[in-house]
Amino acid sequence: MVPTNYYLILGAMIFAIGAIGVLSRRNALIIFMCVEMMLNSVNLTLIAFARQWNNLNGQIFVFMIMAVAAAEVAVGLAILIAHVHHSKSINIDDINVMKW
Amino acid sequence: MNNAALNLDVNALLPELSMVVAAVVVMFLDVFNRGGRSVTRPVLPWVALLGVLAAAGASVWLLGQPVSTFQDMAIADLFAEGIDLVILVATGLSILLSVKYIPTVNPQTGEIYALLLLVASAMMVMGSAIDLIVVFLALETFSLGLYILSGVNRGNALSSEAAMKYFLLGAFASGFFVYGAALIYGATGATQFSQIGMQVMSGQADLNLLYPGIALLLVGFGFKVSLVPFHMWTPDVYQGAPTTITAFMSVATKAAAFAAFYRIFLVALPAQQPVWGWALAILAVLTMTLGNLAALRQTSLKRLLAYSSIAHAGYILIGLTTGTPAGADAALFYLLTYAFMNIGAFGIVTLLEQPGQMDVDISAVRGLGKRRPLLAFTFSVFLFSLAGVPPLAGFFAKFFIFGAAVQGGWSWLAAIGMLNSAIGAYYYLRIVVDMYFAEPTEETAIASKRSYAAAFGLAIAVVFTIGLGIFPNLWTALLEGGLNQIAMR
Repeated sequence: MVPTNYYLILGAMIFAIGAIGVLSRRNALIIFMCVEMMLNSVNLTLIAFARQWNNLNGQIFVFMIMAVAAAEVAVGLAILIAHVHHSKSINIDDINVMKW
Repeated sequence: MNNAALNLDVNALLPELSMVVAAVVVMFLDVFNRGGRSVTRPVLPWVALLGVLAAAGASVWLLGQPVSTFQDMAIADLFAEGIDLVILVATGLSILLSVKYIPTVNPQTGEIYALLLLVASAMMVMGSAIDLIVVFLALETFSLGLYILSGVNRGNALSSEAAMKYFLLGAFASGFFVYGAALIYGATGATQFSQIGMQVMSGQADLNLLYPGIALLLVGFGFKVSLVPFHMWTPDVYQGAPTTITAFMSVATKAAAFAAFYRIFLVALPAQQPVWGWALAILAVLTMTLGNLAALRQTSLKRLLAYSSIAHAGYILIGLTTGTPAGADAALFYLLTYAFMNIGAFGIVTLLEQPGQMDVDISAVRGLGKRRPLLAFTFSVFLFSLAGVPPLAGFFAKFFIFGAAVQGGWSWLAAIGMLNSAIGAYYYLRIVVDMYFAEPTEETAIASKRSYAAAFGLAIAVVFTIGLGIFPNLWTALLEGGLNQIAMR
């Protein structure tokens, strides 16, 4: 059996790649994909913990996260399209009508 | 198996359910409006308001012994009902302010009221959640609704930009929150707060997972209530979103998130109080100071109120830092008074706003005392209360918070909080001085809109801002002992 730690390290690495991607990429769609990657790394971590503890809470949590991620895609892409209507660009450096 | 064996006491979630039912009714009624034809549009806000009143009635009915339901995933105790009432006040006042305002922003009003009710019900669920899974679900449900609501003015570049920023940063922060929840589950093998608490107390929890988990939860939490350094989105989103929505989210989001985190910290992680207490204290100092200093140099009224709401999140955080029932009691009272005075202040902004402008320059209030004496007086009451001038509600809210901090052994934190309210008083009172003593210039003379519904909402807010200052004990008596209840569980 693969030890739980291996899964945790893999999950942490994917999470870190996602987080770095959000901070360094400038394309809103790629940022969005990186966020999804962060959520999926959490899913992997939860599944590993659920096996280790031998209870189902973690697996139920994963179902909830998947449902939420799907809803987030629907809302997020709609907001993206509404924004592109105005700025004709999905580069987040162009999101600067208001100062940060 | 029957309902009793499954522990599905639906009554315990009656306030939330009545909001959902009202939202469905609003959506159904909105079906009859197509394009320019408006059959049921004028009644939609009133249907929504009816739902809010029904939920408030259910919350008051539930005051009493705590009932836990859905296999100990949610609970209806005094703390939950108190948070429910704060959120319902925020929702009700925002609906009243929206009656005239929202049609100028987006004619598709039905969706807005339905979303507002659904968001509020998710926030109320968050106030009664005692399981990490439910907290996550409620957090995401209301966040998704708020992303849509802040971008509801689709014709306006500012609004869609606000929605975009809020969405990207909000989803990013949710990732941190849920990773933190996963690590806490990994450390203890439980998602239910009191089970986590028992595992941690018995020393079986893996601290190498628990502490990073707490830190990640704090990041997600800090984003939702806009604590410095996770506040970057707040001014932009508050400025770009329709003003009545800004008013709603500045109050209700804080109430829901503070409730959930109060429970997590006090029920699941009481043993780690020295660790998270210090982390929260540092965040509170940063949040108050930066919020107030940044508010000093704003020229947009909405941005000023946004930075002021960051500072107020810092004050409320002091109540959480103490980790005592008195601190939570004070935070709850603060949230209630904040609901009245802050939504009131934003309500005045909606009245001063030019159609299609989405924002008000600070110079627009010059000479308001002469042109609209009643409006200027109302605004002054809210601003004095936000500044913490006695005998208004805002003063007692701060008094209780700082009192609880001193009792809990955080005197230095109370001292920094008081210094900060002195800084805050400067920018609030500057607006009052401008209203009464500055001569209006020609271009700033705006004719504010008249709306009976908004006037009614503002009147309620003024009455409670003054009333809760004169009788602060009414609210505390209603919830007496409620905060001890959660600490016991």
